[in-house]
Amino acid sequence: MTAILTLMVLVLIAISLWQVAKIFEMSQTSKNNSQVANDSDNDTQGKLMFAFLAFLYILTLYSFWAWGDVLLPAAASEHGGEYDSLMWISFALIFFVQTITQALLHYFSFKYRGEPGKRAMFYADNNRLEAYWTIIPAITLAGLILSGLYTWNDIMTVEENEEALVVELYAQQFNWKARYSGQDGVLGDANVRFLQDFDGKNVIGIDATDPNGLDDVVTQELHLPVGREVIFKMRSQDVLHSAYMPHFRAQMNCVPGMITEFAFTPITTTDDMRLDPDVVAKVKKINKIRAENSKQLVADGDEALEPYIFDYILLCNKICGTSHYNMQMKIIVETPEAYEAWMIQQQTFAQVIQ
Amino acid sequence: MSAVEHNHEEEDHGHHKETFITKYIFSQDHKMISKQYLITGLFMGIIGIAMSLMFRLQLAWPEKSFGIFESLLGKWAPDGVMDPNVYLALVTIHGTIMVFFVLTAGLSGTFSNLLIPLQIGARDMASGLLNMISFWLFFLSSVIMIASLFVEAGPAAAGWTIYPPLSALPQAQPGSGMGMTLWLISMAIFVASSLLGSLNYIVTVINLRVKGMTMSRLPLTIWAFFVTAIIGVVSFPVLLSAALLLIMDRSFGTSFFLSDIFIQGEVLHYQGGSPVLYEHLFWFLGHPEVYIVLLPALGITSEIIATNSRKPIFGYRAMVVSIIAIAFLSTIVWGHHMFISGMNPFLGSVFTFTTLLIAIPSAVKAFNYITTLWKGNLQLNPAMLFSIGLVSTFISGGLTGIILGDSTLDINVHDTYFVVAHFHLVMGISALYGLFAGVYHWFPKMFGRMMNKNMGYVHFWVTAVCAYGVFFPMHFIGMAGLPRRYYTNTAFPYFDDIADINVVITIFALIAGAAQLVFLYNFIHSIFYGKKAEQNPWRSNTMEWTAPVEHMHGNWPGAIPEVHRWAYDYSKPGQEEDFVSQIVPLKEGEEELQH
Repeated sequence: MTAILTLMVLVLIAISLWQVAKIFEMSQTSKNNSQVANDSDNDTQGKLMFAFLAFLYILTLYSFWAWGDVLLPAAASEHGGEYDSLMWISFALIFFVQTITQALLHYFSFKYRGEPGKRAMFYADNNRLEAYWTIIPAITLAGLILSGLYTWNDIMTVEENEEALVVELYAQQFNWKARYSGQDGVLGDANVRFLQDFDGKNVIGIDATDPNGLDDVVTQELHLPVGREVIFKMRSQDVLHSAYMPHFRAQMNCVPGMITEFAFTPITTTDDMRLDPDVVAKVKKINKIRAENSKQLVADGDEALEPYIFDYILLCNKICGTSHYNMQMKIIVETPEAYEAWMIQQQTFAQVIQ
Repeated sequence: MSAVEHNHEEEDHGHHKETFITKYIFSQDHKMISKQYLITGLFMGIIGIAMSLMFRLQLAWPEKSFGIFESLLGKWAPDGVMDPNVYLALVTIHGTIMVFFVLTAGLSGTFSNLLIPLQIGARDMASGLLNMISFWLFFLSSVIMIASLFVEAGPAAAGWTIYPPLSALPQAQPGSGMGMTLWLISMAIFVASSLLGSLNYIVTVINLRVKGMTMSRLPLTIWAFFVTAIIGVVSFPVLLSAALLLIMDRSFGTSFFLSDIFIQGEVLHYQGGSPVLYEHLFWFLGHPEVYIVLLPALGITSEIIATNSRKPIFGYRAMVVSIIAIAFLSTIVWGHHMFISGMNPFLGSVFTFTTLLIAIPSAVKAFNYITTLWKGNLQLNPAMLFSIGLVSTFISGGLTGIILGDSTLDINVHDTYFVVAHFHLVMGISALYGLFAGVYHWFPKMFGRMMNKNMGYVHFWVTAVCAYGVFFPMHFIGMAGLPRRYYTNTAFPYFDDIADINVVITIFALIAGAAQLVFLYNFIHSIFYGKKAEQNPWRSNTMEWTAPVEHMHGNWPGAIPEVHRWAYDYSKPGQEEDFVSQIVPLKEGEEELQH
């Protein structure tokens, strides 16, 4: 990889040096140069336009070949499949239009480059042609809008129901906490005014006078049982944050002063995801890179990097200050039994403030 | 005798002797003001681009020590390692400078000022005084923005959108202290400048067109500037109000945008405000702003592509209608920046609908440009290359807008590098290309000399390759889920496998930065030593090329020539030359083939 990059840089530098040399050469010889493109300029630049089209295609193909594996990680939520198919349809469409229009643009720039004695065609208008490229995009977009809106409603309609697990995601500079509603299934009232109660043990400001809150459980990791809908209630205590869970195709801002919502159903446990061939390949690739970097670190007398194990992640995706880049939480999707077993070990709010 | 009298009259017309100060500094002449805008804009551009190169270095080689950081950032880069707060400040000021100071004032300010009077056949702007004040307010706001870089705790660092509460609370980050105050003051002055400029443009276009210059004969440049000015007048005041309310929250304890906040171990008194309100106000300007930046670039491109294709612009009327449609739609799509802000999902549906509608007039424009090239006799001057480049990036960047404008798809790519790639291509690079195209094309009009074309070619090709080299791979890391505005990605081993993409991007960025030096050299050198320009070097139809090369107050000696035809009679059958200036009367029996 590094070798290819270095090579590319060298080639580019060589080209620019050659071009610069050419500038001086040409500015020396052409005293009557008007600085307006002449026939030979048109010819060269037109051909370069065609070469640029080739460059665009090669860049595209190379990018997909070299980095295609990082695109959209495998989806781990129920609506993820729906999301992905909409994404790939849009992508295919974009790709198609991009390929054609760039070809036309650059090919015409090449093909109709100025030539001595040529005269352009006086062609000012064609209503039918323009109607085509008004109506065709309109119809295509209407299709996209409709299917997009259908999916959007599907994803964003959060209906409270008995089965769903209600979890509060609580954001602060620069970490996340999760709150589970406990036995009663109801989150107790909370407000930043209560944060200083109980010598700071009330870490997310639960109202101790609200009986619903006493059995609430506050955790540093987000555990989710597989196959059960999770309704997230998002809060922030200081500035805007955004809870971004790329594997679940989920994101919602956390806004101080209001509670925002998002819901999804995780469908793949962390353990199963670790066995996914794409994930296995990715982890292998990352560990190779980390081993490489570790060599350098050890040589400098530092500690080696720990090997990477796949985990779902929750990231902050709204600029929130100094450590925005490191505001994260681990998400563990597990079997309902494992989830229950974990939950039992957690302290309830009542126990914490005792 | 009569000639002498004529000269005498001329002098009288010039009112008074011009001193150095009235000619070069407090000038009310639109041509001088346009140069002032351009040079201030370019200066700001150098700072903005230099900042981007610094944070690109940090992104490619995170937390490495660079001597250049130590010398440029001083205490903010101890041992040459960039501080995270400085990183955020750099992206914030880079965004602010590029969007407002370079691509709004530097682009629209320069070319609206230069071209509106010259292309519609006016002696100057409707109000030279307001025009001068507009420039000096812009200059003052630039000075304040630059000054904010030197305050104790550093400049604003909350992102160019400065969402509260981060921007409202000095406790939230160092940049939200004095730096943010100066940012807000600077932007408030900028808005005032922009409003004065825009009002002037609108009034001038409506009232000062020369005889024969009907609205349907206006060059597309003027249509673009005119409509841009209207969007500016409609939307900039809303930014001003957002800034004023934010100043109130910051300094006078009001709660417009703040509520229920606990920070640094303290419960603050704010109650009942909402940051979402700020987002609405900001994007009510913020989205039209994209078109305030882009439309002038498209106007410039229309003119340059037609001239250099030696063909009429294809579908003049459709182009005008698309400009107006884009302008109108641009004011009702702002919510697509807020799909996941917590606003009602139904609103998201509405904004998806309006947003994707914009793709229709945009597609019309792109196809019309391509058709204009078809069967042309392309004169591939540097300005033309940049115009073709603009169409290319406008398409590439615009297409990904279909993904981002779709509320559903936005969920997973919102605020990732996918967005960064999208808007840099569609508005950043495109508008920058428009600026460059305009400079290469109208340099002879501005400075009476030609720019070196070979350097122009090198500038274009290196920039074009690098622009795609930088922003194309960015789509990939965005789709991988990498958030923007991260100081480093090393906190997530999950992203280790995209580290090499960041290196590629940075290398392209550095080369692109170097290519701009070629432009800068060419620009400055040509002002003084460039080849003297002919009156109409590009054999163009528009009116500015009928004015003498040497600038004069009032633009034309004697009467202003009357206009007899539209601006796009290139290669018209029955005409000897492949261009016919707008001031040439129709031949007997010639039809004004316009629409």
